[in-house]
Amino acid sequence: MAYAVASLMQWITCAEEQFQSHLAELNALDAAIGDGDHGSNLARGFAKVREKLQANPPETPASLFKLVGMTLISTVGGASGPLYGSFFLEAGKIAGEQKELDNATLARCLQAGLVGIQRLGKAEAGDKTMIDALEPAIRALTNEADMGVATQKAREGRDATIPLIARKGRASYLGERAIGHADPGATSACLLLNCLAGACPT
Amino acid sequence: MKALINQPDQVVTEALQGMVMAAPDLIQLHENPHYVLRADAPKTGKVALVSGGGSGHEPMHAGFVGRGMLDAACPGAIFTSPTPDQIQAASAAVNGGQGILHIVKNYTGDVLNFQMAAELLQNDGIEIHSVVIDDDVAVKDSLYTAGRRGVGATVLAEKICGAAAEAGANLNAITALCTSINDSARSMGLALSPCTNPETGQPSFTLGENEIEYGIGIHGEPGRQRIPWQPADNLTEKLMLPIIEDLPFKRGDEVLLFINGLGATPLLELNIVYRAAEKLASQHGLKVSRRLVGAYMTSLDMAGVSITLLRLDESMRTYWDAPVCTPALRWGC
Repeated sequence: MAYAVASLMQWITCAEEQFQSHLAELNALDAAIGDGDHGSNLARGFAKVREKLQANPPETPASLFKLVGMTLISTVGGASGPLYGSFFLEAGKIAGEQKELDNATLARCLQAGLVGIQRLGKAEAGDKTMIDALEPAIRALTNEADMGVATQKAREGRDATIPLIARKGRASYLGERAIGHADPGATSACLLLNCLAGACPT
Repeated sequence: MKALINQPDQVVTEALQGMVMAAPDLIQLHENPHYVLRADAPKTGKVALVSGGGSGHEPMHAGFVGRGMLDAACPGAIFTSPTPDQIQAASAAVNGGQGILHIVKNYTGDVLNFQMAAELLQNDGIEIHSVVIDDDVAVKDSLYTAGRRGVGATVLAEKICGAAAEAGANLNAITALCTSINDSARSMGLALSPCTNPETGQPSFTLGENEIEYGIGIHGEPGRQRIPWQPADNLTEKLMLPIIEDLPFKRGDEVLLFINGLGATPLLELNIVYRAAEKLASQHGLKVSRRLVGAYMTSLDMAGVSITLLRLDESMRTYWDAPVCTPALRWGC
């Protein structure tokens, strides 16, 4: 099983559709503990990504990841722009010149992306951020779990943010008032990984 | 929601176009990426000051572009920081060859995007210093938060450092001055109503008829605590005491007192708060020698106020008094 650029394009297209259809939900989650625009920002960024992919279809996974990363950094803004942008940029560096990524290489790409996010945002598991969904899912993939298990881990990670006090980002200003709300970043990360599970390898 | 807008996704662009049309002698607009710069930019031989942040805080920052204050401002989407390529382009456009100071408010998004921009500019051989403003005493400054937010001190830092740059101070001196302003200023705010983002049409939170968000930020994020309404003098004291105790401001200190409206609070009420705040400052032995009252760092249509105290030294006072010619802050020109 390997992910050619067409499968990975499906991933990104699905993400764009998901962020668009969950725009209000992500905004509402963000309004509870942040400023209410996480869905709008991601939808804007991924709409621009789709535009660029249609104009200039990339030929390798690496060039796809780079285009996605650069576009998110230059259109999303906020913290999620640089964080998701770095995720794809770092993933692209691992993908090299390969035409398709086998499961192990894809896992290494995602792991590099995760490290990129943590280098920039300095969040750790339990801080009530996107890391709480990404980290357990990517760890599962690194350990050769299948995609269904990984997305289950992401969902559990997202749900586990509900009782937490936030230690990073704007939600950290709220102290105990952040308790009882799922983290919007963990929720969007979950949507992103769900789409990867739906992108059929060939 | 009723608002004086056309298309929700054109709010920021159209507001910037209008702002520049209303002050063509002072500022100009670059679109895609969006940034506002001095009409006479770049000023060769002068340190350039660049700031930026989400839109929705008008007149900050674009209203503070002009002689004696900022060289450029990068407005992001509403409550969303600008992007690295945008900050890079704005900085390069005003580079006068003497280095650039980025004045950054302490929010995760602003810090990350300015940091990425600074790396890009340094790769191009441009000297960049950054000062992160974090003056909000409502936030616990600890390892367990993103640190204190940057609020009212940003306006004071941009004014005072802008005057220093205009007077020919070098990058190291202006950076030190900006750091010293941040170290000498403390702020806190409260909200009487939430704000509504015109891009989403949703209020940022809901607040009961008789409730106040105490320790509010400027992005519509809830404050630390919800308290019942009380008279303006009491609320002013609830803001002033934590500010005074935090630095701490001491008897005999000379201070600048800044009462800032959050967008929908009339000047009438801001003056009532000013009256109470200056009395309290005097009771604590502080000598208020400079003042600013008005809506300078807003949160869209939020009703509320923030108070900032800055302990002045002679150079800060001198640069505060120096001419400033921007759309929103203007004297001596």
